[in-house]
Amino acid sequence: MLKNGSKGEKNSTDTVLNLQSHTFRHGVHPPENKEETNKLPIRQFPFSPLIILPMQQHIGAPSRIIVKEGQEVVRGQLLAEANGYMSVPVHAPVSGKIRKIAKVPVISGQMTEGIYIETFHFSGQEVIEGAPIAFDKANPEQILKGIQDAGIVGLGGAAFPTHVKLKIPEGKVCDHLIINGIECEPYLTTDHRVMLEQANDIYTGIRYLIKATGAKEVIIGIEGNKQDAADHLSKLIPADLPVRVQVVPVKYPQGAEKMLITSLLGKEVPSGGLPIDVKAVVVNVATTAEIGRLLPHGQGIQERVITITGPGVKKKGNYLIPVGTPLRYVLEQVGAAENISEVYMGGPMMGVAVSNLDISIVKGTSGIVVFGEDNIPKTEKIFPCIKCGACVDACPISLNPSKLGILAKSEGYDTMAEEFHLMDCFECGSCSFVCPSNIPLVQYFRLSKGIIRKRNAEKTAKANV
Amino acid sequence: MTIITALLALGGLTLLLALMLIVANTKLYVYEDPRVDEVESMLPHANCGACGYPGCRPFAEALVKGDMLPGKCTVSSEDGRKAIASYLGVDAGAEEKRVARLACAGGINVAVNRAKYEGLSSCRGAALISGGGKGCSWGCLGHGDCETVCDFDAISMNEFGLPVVDEAKCTACGDCVEVCPKDLFSLHPISQRLWVACKSQEAGDGVLEDCEVGCTACGKCAMDAPDLITMKYNLPVINYSGRHQTQLPIQRCPTGAIVWLDEKAGPIKGPEAKKIIRKGKLRMGES
Repeated sequence: MLKNGSKGEKNSTDTVLNLQSHTFRHGVHPPENKEETNKLPIRQFPFSPLIILPMQQHIGAPSRIIVKEGQEVVRGQLLAEANGYMSVPVHAPVSGKIRKIAKVPVISGQMTEGIYIETFHFSGQEVIEGAPIAFDKANPEQILKGIQDAGIVGLGGAAFPTHVKLKIPEGKVCDHLIINGIECEPYLTTDHRVMLEQANDIYTGIRYLIKATGAKEVIIGIEGNKQDAADHLSKLIPADLPVRVQVVPVKYPQGAEKMLITSLLGKEVPSGGLPIDVKAVVVNVATTAEIGRLLPHGQGIQERVITITGPGVKKKGNYLIPVGTPLRYVLEQVGAAENISEVYMGGPMMGVAVSNLDISIVKGTSGIVVFGEDNIPKTEKIFPCIKCGACVDACPISLNPSKLGILAKSEGYDTMAEEFHLMDCFECGSCSFVCPSNIPLVQYFRLSKGIIRKRNAEKTAKANV
Repeated sequence: MTIITALLALGGLTLLLALMLIVANTKLYVYEDPRVDEVESMLPHANCGACGYPGCRPFAEALVKGDMLPGKCTVSSEDGRKAIASYLGVDAGAEEKRVARLACAGGINVAVNRAKYEGLSSCRGAALISGGGKGCSWGCLGHGDCETVCDFDAISMNEFGLPVVDEAKCTACGDCVEVCPKDLFSLHPISQRLWVACKSQEAGDGVLEDCEVGCTACGKCAMDAPDLITMKYNLPVINYSGRHQTQLPIQRCPTGAIVWLDEKAGPIKGPEAKKIIRKGKLRMGES
């Protein structure tokens, strides 16, 4: 384990401050498994003959469909508009004909409203829906509106609407803009490749973000295993931007925004608070690049970079995949159609095991990890807690997962929330990862959090009546 | 001498404390209707909450106050309710017995699993991992959270991994309704025998790919009994305020998704429903 204060390699470039003390307490070191894809450049993925677009690709209200069945659409066309402030529009990722508007399966296991598009393979047409927004002329509101109109959500995986995150509440200020290029999740190399290949877009995106948030300082946080990306980005820093690149030691879950703030600023976000409470805003690097690429033209988001990897995949790599491509088609194309046993959307730590191959790629999908039948991770028997405290040592926000696990088993949900601060848990899975008794702690916590949220909602509903 | 001092000191102290207790008893006395204790002792002490109160004691208080009628306690026997009613001199209240009913018939012999779930053996836990492994997004996951939560042993998992409610034991406390992550349970008066055992909002062959007994939204039941059944979200909705004591709507159902829950024979499907004779488990992905 990397201890605080241990010395790291010295860097050639001056702008890269390699302060090894920059990290957070606790955390774990899962095997990284990134070397298989981190040298592979981003490649365009073929267009699937059928595109399935769910309207709920983000956190918030589902988008409202404005097209009809049988209508022909062009790549880039607006298919659904934002339904309220906490919502983003959906653009056509391909040119084609709308076969039907019906229920589509999504990763949560539910069926939501969606659009099926039959792709026209030989159509090279593309339209741009929005108006271009110049970062030097636009005011913050226009930039936020532009980000919403482009359908941009957090591409790191949570799919939280970016314009909501960037809106600085009344009476708060944002001093530090943190660009999250940590990518601590094992197997994934999406952000790594974006940093190497789309540096100019990232810096254009940063110009928009500075304008929108009023930040005085920009820190690009990168983990030590992506030194090449850090060197590349620091070489290209525009002279007029207050940007520095900070390399931090490799540790999971450094990419969680609250952990990254602790690592880079040495401040802790208060319990139940947001990064803005310590005058910081954290934006994922791929999201920043997408803002920099789309806003100067007023385009909508149509595709995203996804790492497809894992022992079950023949053609591993980083691909630019149109949003809405069915997972089954993706697996066929990369030679993973036979003998698959486990598929994860996202990474193996925070991603979700897929139960239905008919779901499609959404804006929040950052990676697909596939295990074949021969290399399936063995499921091990669950033993009782031996109170070893490994989980307490691993928890990045210093909760007591051991006690919480026992409470979850006995359904002591109120105690969990009030005395043991369960609601601060962001489900990184470090506790489950280190548990020698294989207790599915994070699953318990996700379950308990759902129940507590439901109870609280019922309580407020009762109080309002 | 020392003995006398001790006796006097302790005796004095005893008298003083006794006096304080007497004063406290008269000054701080809270009158409580003695009937509350009596009524509580007549209640079943299940503390199940089916009446809408947090337990038997608060319900007894409400009974004595006259806010409630004894019939609201569905756990008590008929005689128990009458005894309370005659003790309080009120009407027993004709509350019909309600039972929990499951809106799914997709056991392991008819419903497909798309993936195998490994992890916390709980429906609520499985529902978190992309909805569990079941093909049908709405169907019963079969890990038996309802069986565990039921305080009256009224729910048992059958050989096909589906919960079966024992109508005699069910007290309509609503615990299973709350615990089911797929919201498959609901409470219904026991006389309502017509039942739609499916919650799939899909229509047509898409349903049958996942489950052989699902509702395909063909609408035959609604055609046969238009005043009784309307189709909503690809599912028949029964209007129980009408003449629902008829087996007419089940007659032409092709899958047997709409059933008549016979008191003795269990669910009866219509004559045109596909017969299911398979007892074994379907293999993964097979339909």
